[in-house]
Amino acid sequence: MEGIVYLYVFVLAAFTGYEVISRVPVILHTPLMSGSNFIHGVVLIGAMVVMGHADPDSPLQLTLGFFAVLLGAANAAGGYVVTERMLAMFKAGKKKGAE
Amino acid sequence: MKWFIDISYVAVAVVFVLGLKAMSSPATARKGIVWAGWAMIAATLVTLFWPGMQNFALMIVAMVIGGSVAWWSGKNVAMTDMPQMVAIYNGMGGGAAAAIAAVEFARGEMHGGMVALLAVLGALIGSVAFSGSCVAYAKLQGIMKKAYRFPMQNQLNVGLAAVVGILGLAIVTATDPDGWAIVLFFVLSLALGVIVTSPIGGADMPVVISLLNAFTGLAVGFEGYVLGNPALVVAGIVVGASGTLLTQLMAKAMNRPITNVLFTPMTGEAQGG
Repeated sequence: MEGIVYLYVFVLAAFTGYEVISRVPVILHTPLMSGSNFIHGVVLIGAMVVMGHADPDSPLQLTLGFFAVLLGAANAAGGYVVTERMLAMFKAGKKKGAE
Repeated sequence: MKWFIDISYVAVAVVFVLGLKAMSSPATARKGIVWAGWAMIAATLVTLFWPGMQNFALMIVAMVIGGSVAWWSGKNVAMTDMPQMVAIYNGMGGGAAAAIAAVEFARGEMHGGMVALLAVLGALIGSVAFSGSCVAYAKLQGIMKKAYRFPMQNQLNVGLAAVVGILGLAIVTATDPDGWAIVLFFVLSLALGVIVTSPIGGADMPVVISLLNAFTGLAVGFEGYVLGNPALVVAGIVVGASGTLLTQLMAKAMNRPITNVLFTPMTGEAQGG
């Protein structure tokens, strides 16, 4: 039964993703790409769990886990900084009236 | 403790979707990324309390190195160099998803057809996103100036993809997959990412990066299923779907169908070839 529940989650999440950005203006294409790049940085928490359950006596598992966490953290941190910098330009351009 | 983590993940997933929604409108875009950023921090912190975790020292070291290097490089890069930074960070996400699958293979706990199938698919897509993004970065950064075209490029792409697919299926169906078959699978998946992206010119790269971004999202979603972690599934699949739509929108804005970008790269050669 687990499997079919996940299938529902897959399908509904796909609709959500499609619906949420369906009316994005052209000017936001690149920042939004960057923003969604940040959001899949959540892979970091998966990497942490995998690393946390790796066998401490297995160098192979530890090395792979280490890289998973390293890359995941870089994805999340880098994705955030880059997106924030891009979107900060919008704010500067729009004046304070938007706040 | 586990229930608290689970509830936090639900909240994080909701904030991610709301943040993405906010980011698709200029007036609220900046708020969107800030919300999502706090959600990411919350998710990371509660995950530290996941039951039965060990290897904390190495984990923290990896997080600090990866996080601070990426933070520093993202802060200091010139505004005009942003697209390649998005590419390289995206590649790292794909690499992380592939590495998660690799750890699961190394632990030898790949039971059940569906889990193994999605682990292999996630590993394949994640590896392609990783190496493809590295090529995209190299091109935009000017390290790799020429578009390399192999003879019979399209047939080569399809052929290699078929080999990787068959190898992947063999790993899924084997009761005790051979270690070297798994290594070969990862190597060929990485090679596939390089071969597919190498011939594509720099002008088309933003569309390709967006596509690879959607790929990484899918890979993250699949590995989320393997790990039984719904937060990864929701965030990954949402990005996979929105990234696919975004890729189409970008290709349309450039007046270049996505199939042209991928299969007849900037050469105007006859499609039959």
